[in-house]
Amino acid sequence: MDLEFSPKEQEFRQEVRSWLAANVPATPLPSMDTEEGFRLHQEWEKKLFDARWAVVSWPKAYGGREAGLTEWLIFEEEYYRAGAPGRVSQNGIFLFAPTVFEFGSKEQQDRYLPKMASGEEIWVQGWSEPEAGSDLANVRSRADRDDERGGWVLNGQKIWSSRGTYGHRLFGLFRTDPESKRHHGLTYFMVDLASAGVTVRPIPQLDGEPGFAEVFLDDVFVPDADVLGGPGEGWKIMIATTGSERGLNLRSPGRFLAPADRLLELYKERGNGDQVLRDAAVQAWMDAEAYRLFTFGTVTKLLDGGQIGADSSINKVFWSQMDVELHATALKLLGGYGELDEGSPDAVDGARWLDGFLFALGGPIYAGTNEIQRNTIAERILGLPRAK
Amino acid sequence: MRLAFTEDQQLFRETVRDFLDANCTTEQLRAAWAADSAVSARWGELAKIGVTGLVVPEEQDGLGLTDEELSAVLESAGYAALPEPLLESAVAAGLLAEFAPDAGWLERIAAGDAVASVLLPGQPFAIEAAAADVLVIGTEDGEIHVVNPADCTLTAQRSVDRSRKLSAVAFTPAPETLVASGPAAAAALARAADRGALGAAALLLGLTRRMLDMAVEYAKQRVQRGVLIGTHQSVQHHLANVLIKLEFARPVVMRAAYSLARDLPSAARDVSMAKIYAGEAADLAARNALQVHGAIGYTEEHDLQLFMKRAWALGAAWGDAGHHRARVAADLLGDAPAPLTPAF
Repeated sequence: MDLEFSPKEQEFRQEVRSWLAANVPATPLPSMDTEEGFRLHQEWEKKLFDARWAVVSWPKAYGGREAGLTEWLIFEEEYYRAGAPGRVSQNGIFLFAPTVFEFGSKEQQDRYLPKMASGEEIWVQGWSEPEAGSDLANVRSRADRDDERGGWVLNGQKIWSSRGTYGHRLFGLFRTDPESKRHHGLTYFMVDLASAGVTVRPIPQLDGEPGFAEVFLDDVFVPDADVLGGPGEGWKIMIATTGSERGLNLRSPGRFLAPADRLLELYKERGNGDQVLRDAAVQAWMDAEAYRLFTFGTVTKLLDGGQIGADSSINKVFWSQMDVELHATALKLLGGYGELDEGSPDAVDGARWLDGFLFALGGPIYAGTNEIQRNTIAERILGLPRAK
Repeated sequence: MRLAFTEDQQLFRETVRDFLDANCTTEQLRAAWAADSAVSARWGELAKIGVTGLVVPEEQDGLGLTDEELSAVLESAGYAALPEPLLESAVAAGLLAEFAPDAGWLERIAAGDAVASVLLPGQPFAIEAAAADVLVIGTEDGEIHVVNPADCTLTAQRSVDRSRKLSAVAFTPAPETLVASGPAAAAALARAADRGALGAAALLLGLTRRMLDMAVEYAKQRVQRGVLIGTHQSVQHHLANVLIKLEFARPVVMRAAYSLARDLPSAARDVSMAKIYAGEAADLAARNALQVHGAIGYTEEHDLQLFMKRAWALGAAWGDAGHHRARVAADLLGDAPAPLTPAF
């Protein structure tokens, strides 16, 4: 074991820290799910990109630094410790990009990745449908062949598409073989949301902002150039993407270590010796630390040539529960101030704990509910027979 | 940065695991329950593969290894619910190596000729005191004594885990038994307590895995209402929750071993976290494995109890969750001094 960071890694940390200290906005940006906030978050992404901090693990040709996993963890720790803005481009750069790197053509990579990295084009998920939530194989939106124009005509409805309200391009699954069932006959499409026939209906989330949207597709033409992989390969490709959503890429330990440290400070300021909240605050800190150590183990495994696989389900249940508990504890520490929303004259820290709590509540639901994750753990890791 | 045991460490763990699979069966465990002492010929066999002398310095014929290797091996010992006092002997050996390296005990422990046990300040009972050849005792006022158990008054107790042969120990400190006092003794006793807590955490990881394996196997073959009970989501989720606890406890225990092996400033806090996480994993494993087994798991006849009872005992031994939570909290919040020596 070696839990020290190398001199080179420590140097990298210093470089990240200095840049963030000089550049992170002094006052938090408005929610990225408001029109103004979305634009300001895009500008922030451009700033990151110009300094080559937007996508540190990507190839240099696309604006990255070819940073290793350990450096990526360091970057994330520093990023959240500095209180830097949330990543409006995260569904593109963390979720979708690994799929583009693995399955996209060179032409597609060149066309999509630079604008994804710079925040110019924000990518939106098109997985769920009204009848396909955790049961994603039940996708009904379809794509019909249009040989004349060299592409496909899409019809159907996607829902719970994060960043859909203001985003630019959607990636998702459509049924290209009308006779097919379940995970067969699905194809991976990338859809320009400015295309004729696309209607976006914003859906306000628990926090009141339209963080996701319903996307209606009515004879939307998509050229062959915007198909990822071959027809019928959608499911296989999608699995690669949801793996990153649940696993290492989307939720770095840094995202929890920073609020866990802040929670201890909050306890010192407002805990008033309450033993129950003291235990809860310490538990939240320990869980963030345990998550960091677990991630070190995962990184070691990957560096040794291993795969994450179904282990990402273990990971997802843990961090999503931890995030809820951490923020719930903060709200209890705030007592009567806990319910104050952004804009209240007496809101503590701009109501960030409430905002974080509402955001965290989505964790056990999105990217496959925690119940589905437990089924996966039981069946694919423990080897129990399939649930009926 | 690398959080994984080395190949040598893994090999050591697997070797002990294989040895105990063959030589520490549940029938043998039941024999240990029935005997006056749980120490058997197996102790000598363990010595041959280096286990009893794992932390004994090389000058005294041991392997001179660290808490990393010790915790790796103890995980295997936990999986088998090894009844011999391997952890207690290692804690005693650490103190002997520091304060009585020339007394001859260390060579005998490494060779499997002697069994050592330990009683630290705050611990109510010593394990295998009657069978031990030597007892290392830390007193409440911070002295360390090396004592012949025959010179003590031992009051035998009955643990819920009958293979844990516990005794209350009364002894009269004498100048000839005293080997250390003052700040060096206090620091060594604190470190010994940390080694004990870390070792208990490693044992609990192994116990958790064993109980989970048993429950998974049972859920895969038990049929009720015409279906395997393992197909029920309620059963699946009980077991998935145990695996989540276990997988998050393991890196916490590994980090504590790393810190303690290097005497890092965070070692005490890291060890406390390890005991908390491993204890919770084992506690959940015991409850959920019992629930999945149903009535058969509630019997003395079924082997599950051998592992559950060890897990309960070890959850409280070497500092319970409350003790270790208080240490972590004091360290993080800096509002109360972390107690150096535990109150077990």
